[in-house]
Amino acid sequence: MSKKQYAFYPGCSSQKGASASNYLNSIGVMCEKLDIQLNEIPDWNCCGASIGYAEGGELPRLAVSARNLALAEQNLPQQDMVSGCPACWLASRETIERLEESESLLAETNEALKEVGLNLKNDVKARHMVEVLIEDVGFDAIKEPVVKPLEGLKVAGYIGCQANRPFGIAGESFEDPKYLDNMVAAVGAEPLVDYDQKISCCGGALAFSEPEKSQKQIQDIVQSAYDHGADVIVTPCQLCQANVEIYQRDINKREGTKFEMPVMYYSQLMTVAYGGDAKQAGLDGNIIPSDKLKKFAG
Amino acid sequence: MSDANSQALAHYQGNFLKEVEERVEEGHWVKMCMQCGVCAGSCPFGPHWEHSPQKLFMMVMSNKRDEVLTTDSMWMCTSCYTCIVRCPRKLPITHIMHGLANYSHRLGLAPKKQPTRDVARLFWNNLAKTGRINELKFSLALYFKDGLVQGIKNALSMQAVGMKLMKAKRLSPNELFGGHKCKNPKDIQTVIAKAREIEDRRKGLA
Repeated sequence: MSKKQYAFYPGCSSQKGASASNYLNSIGVMCEKLDIQLNEIPDWNCCGASIGYAEGGELPRLAVSARNLALAEQNLPQQDMVSGCPACWLASRETIERLEESESLLAETNEALKEVGLNLKNDVKARHMVEVLIEDVGFDAIKEPVVKPLEGLKVAGYIGCQANRPFGIAGESFEDPKYLDNMVAAVGAEPLVDYDQKISCCGGALAFSEPEKSQKQIQDIVQSAYDHGADVIVTPCQLCQANVEIYQRDINKREGTKFEMPVMYYSQLMTVAYGGDAKQAGLDGNIIPSDKLKKFAG
Repeated sequence: MSDANSQALAHYQGNFLKEVEERVEEGHWVKMCMQCGVCAGSCPFGPHWEHSPQKLFMMVMSNKRDEVLTTDSMWMCTSCYTCIVRCPRKLPITHIMHGLANYSHRLGLAPKKQPTRDVARLFWNNLAKTGRINELKFSLALYFKDGLVQGIKNALSMQAVGMKLMKAKRLSPNELFGGHKCKNPKDIQTVIAKAREIEDRRKGLA
């Protein structure tokens, strides 16, 4: 079987030494096992993320994402753009749709890109890594490379916001998406399907500007995982991962809780189940470790 | 009063809905709101909004220009997109909130020292410099945005986490000396400057 190829847009946090470097590592190993080849878009830039609007406005924000799309079209033609980061995916897909709807916005965007010798045809697709797994690989094929089923590992699948809204995953509802639970089950772990915070907001970028309001959200997300008996929280989003992991300490200090709930990426679970070691799965990148998962990794 | 604001006031002559439709991102949707309140009830930060999106839409239509452009309500948006997927009329509410925040910021009317506004500005300036976010410089800029003393306090309180992240290879001290960036940061700056020039011309903000 020939490898599936994608134009890979890692995003700022998924670089070596950046806050989701362990996500990047585990995605790499996971994709290798699934015969997926990720071709990094040369010289990609930041998408502006969810907080870029305030200073960036509309056109500059669309233009920075359009630069990535144009670079993908030019250097990796016929390949879908894929990112592990919901914010990168959202910004890229939003740009594609906005420019599809408006010829004048596309013309203006290209006027800006022309300054650096680029042009966007706007015929590239932007997808999230989980879409590739669910739609192109499929649950049966996700199961195939499993050599260490994660039996007995209880997982609270925390999808968060932007891996679910506004675009969502085809065939899933916005209110109760099942894909993450199904992915967890595919690697032999036990999804806690009644976990009631799966689509709650962690505060996003406002974790920086409105820490107490955001930490109230995070407290609910972690508490519910405990209430449902979770060993780990699993997420497809870097900002969810970082916020929910890092701020447990502040919540403990202020609220007197004793939170120490590991927050992992789906790709870390998959890497371990596929026989990867702790380093390959990026388990050394979690500041709250999961001893259970480490045991599986050996 | 900023020049852009006096120009806008003179141009729209008290027709704020028209101003929003022409100058605010996705603003042409505002008049479609049927005041059901699902957005207000769905927002994770709902209790912290002085005026909910539903209320803001009615205020736009009722010409409450000052109140809309000076409130910090829109700055409470976490970009969770719950309002968008639940709105029965399919208004792109999140984007309209972003658009209103950006417009009030550009006119110089957004509340001073509004923390999300400050963070947003630091974030954009960080990315515009090299094309990619430098997480260490961004964190340091955040800690020190309210002055040196507060900055040292913030940095100390986050020190333990910072050390853990460094140990976990999720924060690199190399970021202080260059770090991640695009090959030619000038390209990004050029694209942004040109896009802003075009948008400002179209929206009369130049």
